Amino acid sequence: MIANTFETVSNEDVTTWFKAAHLSKFPKNGGACIKYKDKQIAVFNFEREGTWYACQNLCPHKMEMVLSRGMIGEENGEAKIACPLHKNTFSLKTGENLNGSLDAIATYPVKIEDDFVYVGFVD
Amino acid sequence: MKTIVVVGNGMVGYKFCEKFVAQPESALYKVIVFGEEPRVAYDRVHLSSYFENQDAKALELAPRSWYETHNIDLICNEYVSDIDRDSKSVETASGSNYTYDTLILATGSSPFVPPISGVEKKGVFVYRTIEDLEDMLAFAKALKTQKNNPKAAILGGGLLGLEAGKAVMDMGLEPHVVEFAPKLMPRQLDKRSSNVLQLTLENIGIHIHTAKATNKIIGEGQITGMDFGEDDSLEVDMLVISAGIRPRDELAKRCDLNVGIRGGVVVNEKMQTSDPNIYAIGEVALYNQMIYGLVAPGYEMAEVAVNQILHKNDVVMKSSIDMSTKLKLIGVDVASFGEPYMPADKGLSIIYENKTKGVYKRINVSHDGKTLLGGIMVGDAEDYGILHQMYINNMPLPDNAEELIVGSRGEGGGSAFGSVIDLPDEAVICSCEAITKGQVCCSVIDDGNETVKEVAKATKAGTGCGGCKPMITDLVKESLKTLGKTVKERICEHFNYSRQELFDIVKTKKVTSYNNLLDLVGEGNGCEVCKPVVASIFASIYNETANRQETIQDSNDRYLANIQRNGTYSVVPRVAGGEITPKQLIAMGRIAQKYDLYTKITGGQRIDMFGAKLHELPLIWEELIEEGFETGQAYGKSLRTVKSCVGSTWCRYGMDESVSFAIEIENRYKGIRSPHKFKGGVSGCIRECAEARGKDFGFIAVEGGWNVYVGGNGGANPKHALLIAEKVDKETAIKYVDRFIMFYIKTAQPLQRTAPWLDKLEGGITYLQNVIINDSLGIVDELDKEMQALVDSYKCEWKEAVETPEIRERYTHFINSDEEDENIEFVSLRDQKMPKEWA
Repeated sequence: MIANTFETVSNEDVTTWFKAAHLSKFPKNGGACIKYKDKQIAVFNFEREGTWYACQNLCPHKMEMVLSRGMIGEENGEAKIACPLHKNTFSLKTGENLNGSLDAIATYPVKIEDDFVYVGFVD
Repeated sequence: MKTIVVVGNGMVGYKFCEKFVAQPESALYKVIVFGEEPRVAYDRVHLSSYFENQDAKALELAPRSWYETHNIDLICNEYVSDIDRDSKSVETASGSNYTYDTLILATGSSPFVPPISGVEKKGVFVYRTIEDLEDMLAFAKALKTQKNNPKAAILGGGLLGLEAGKAVMDMGLEPHVVEFAPKLMPRQLDKRSSNVLQLTLENIGIHIHTAKATNKIIGEGQITGMDFGEDDSLEVDMLVISAGIRPRDELAKRCDLNVGIRGGVVVNEKMQTSDPNIYAIGEVALYNQMIYGLVAPGYEMAEVAVNQILHKNDVVMKSSIDMSTKLKLIGVDVASFGEPYMPADKGLSIIYENKTKGVYKRINVSHDGKTLLGGIMVGDAEDYGILHQMYINNMPLPDNAEELIVGSRGEGGGSAFGSVIDLPDEAVICSCEAITKGQVCCSVIDDGNETVKEVAKATKAGTGCGGCKPMITDLVKESLKTLGKTVKERICEHFNYSRQELFDIVKTKKVTSYNNLLDLVGEGNGCEVCKPVVASIFASIYNETANRQETIQDSNDRYLANIQRNGTYSVVPRVAGGEITPKQLIAMGRIAQKYDLYTKITGGQRIDMFGAKLHELPLIWEELIEEGFETGQAYGKSLRTVKSCVGSTWCRYGMDESVSFAIEIENRYKGIRSPHKFKGGVSGCIRECAEARGKDFGFIAVEGGWNVYVGGNGGANPKHALLIAEKVDKETAIKYVDRFIMFYIKTAQPLQRTAPWLDKLEGGITYLQNVIINDSLGIVDELDKEMQALVDSYKCEWKEAVETPEIRERYTHFINSDEEDENIEFVSLRDQKMPKEWA
């Protein structure tokens, strides 16, 4: 099952900081998809909030690799991503499905160093 | 401290607890609840939704913690096996004993299984509990792996049976409903309404068999069919029995309480059984020689029992119980109230039937024409709420009672009913929770609740079946008005404005970026609701393409293509009026072949090419543009196509050149973004081959000019466009439609098409005519100018995209790798391809 290849990584557990791309490659207040090993990760530069987020690119609803193409936004102050296929929304903080009872998505820590975007993994 | 033992933890048992603990005196009592099922009380009315989401939690009426908070002992998975009335104690199947001061029997009912030979066979189910559903799901799943197109029958065409029919359809089985009576829902509907319902259900794919008496279930161990006698049979692989209910009165019988001949524990108007310390409520109670299989009377019984136990003796059950119901059955409205069908000596009926639309309405009126006695509605029960109120409150009927069911749309003058605010305060609005109009209004006016959600939370109104929500919405709105407040149509939590207000703000303050607008008049950081709304407004005011602020665009606009099931896209070039040269056809075919795209002719007379990967889009478009194509904006909330018939150039009936006109008008409006998509049609004569009246705007050639229609659409709720001008010349026709579209763009709500917009427009089509023809608002010059500016500033956004390197860069799946998305898989289909099925 492809959904099982994603697992949330918390900042303190990171063993590998993967240098993804220069930050100018990422749209402002939108997302882009990066590849790390066989994983597809959606990375979002939520410029208005001043925060970067990363999560699995796979929407758990219909198992399509599309989340990076969705719109980001916030609900009650919590950053979220809306899937472009059916507008299911997920918290970018906890991964939780905010408008339904789908499985939560995995989230990953992001850091910026010397204008490069790094995503944290445990392998 | 006294002890109340509640036997049964269904909806009514739960409601008793809820109502009981809401009383301050309840602190003097200990409540113990026994449930035979393993879970807490859940919403059985909406059981079929379990098939859609398989989320048992969503059906729960209250979490287990609720019982703890209210100091109620909930003992699940425990069957109460006996009652000793002398020692006032109950015994459970596991051998424990509990004493009580007052006992509540809320054991409900069980599905009635008729004594047909073979009902014990494998594959035969009843439909009552979540466990039943889980068993059915497991069986259906196994069935589907064993054979193609398995069939499931439902025995019983009543309310629950039809729900079960939908449920097995959702499981992927071919549904067959078998009813003994000659019509569906025999208790609620007359023969004609039942026929209308049957037609509608058959259209969705449910097979209906009426007047069938099942003799035998056939099969060796497992069901293979049903035998109706006289060589009549039906092959099925599964059977769900839904042939009515039987009260669960075995416990009452065991301890010698009075029960009815056909079952049910006899109760008086206080809900007391023949033992004054024992009450019975819900489907187990036999009151006035009737069992009431609806939630609302059950809740009322719970209320009566609570009051009686707390010595509020004046609260008793009414002698006649309202059995009116409204429900959405498989997407079809079905409602009946009062006396649905009645003998001619009591009154007369007014009947409206429209089989083409699947609508049937009947109201029964007293001989003097003054009172409403009952009615039936199938297919359209929008007015059920108010009709039911007129019936319940004995309100006087208007002179022309037929207007109650055949009212016409948008012709100015208000509805025949008056308004819900005219109801008396004691009118019960929410019959599940018995909440009156007065209570709803008080909750707004005195308690300061301002939204339907808040009112529902405070009063519980609308939390049962939800059928009364439209009335509550109106009441909240009207009550707020009396306070001098208006209900704001706000876009989302980030903008406290309607789309129209936001449109004006952007225009007058000349805002050009989403971020600026948010800083200027919004709150927070935006969301997927307000972003595309604002994008659409920018497009309507500045004609800016979706390329400039790509991250506020809706999914499809961001990449100028329609995202499809597997995350690939479809490509639709504009083919104005549906006219295409052989050379263009060849070019399109060549390009589709090169990129291995699935092609199909669309409903809008053009060609859709599916299965393009993100990085292929600019490559495909580069080639299309080279061949002279432009974007068709099939992805946008904008003009789609103007459909045409072949017109007088070829057709021997044609009155005028419909193709030329369609091309002209499609090129005029192409690229214009709007609150929702809009489509047009041009027919060369009244045979109307272009189906122009099914579009947002349409022109039909007649002797002496063009007839102009506006506000039609197909889709889920088809509407014919209405005539706005007759026999006008082409220039005038275009002018009127220009103004209509511009007025719509400026005032509609987000994602509101022209038909519902026109529906909501106060004064309807007459008002619209006044605005755009007679210039009653003095705005037509402005509308004309704004439209012309949009027409003049059109540019093909795909051309812009392929020619601009920064925009082209967006079309890559990974930004750190040139690899493709390996997850996209296709399978072959009739010499073409399609996405691989979702796992």
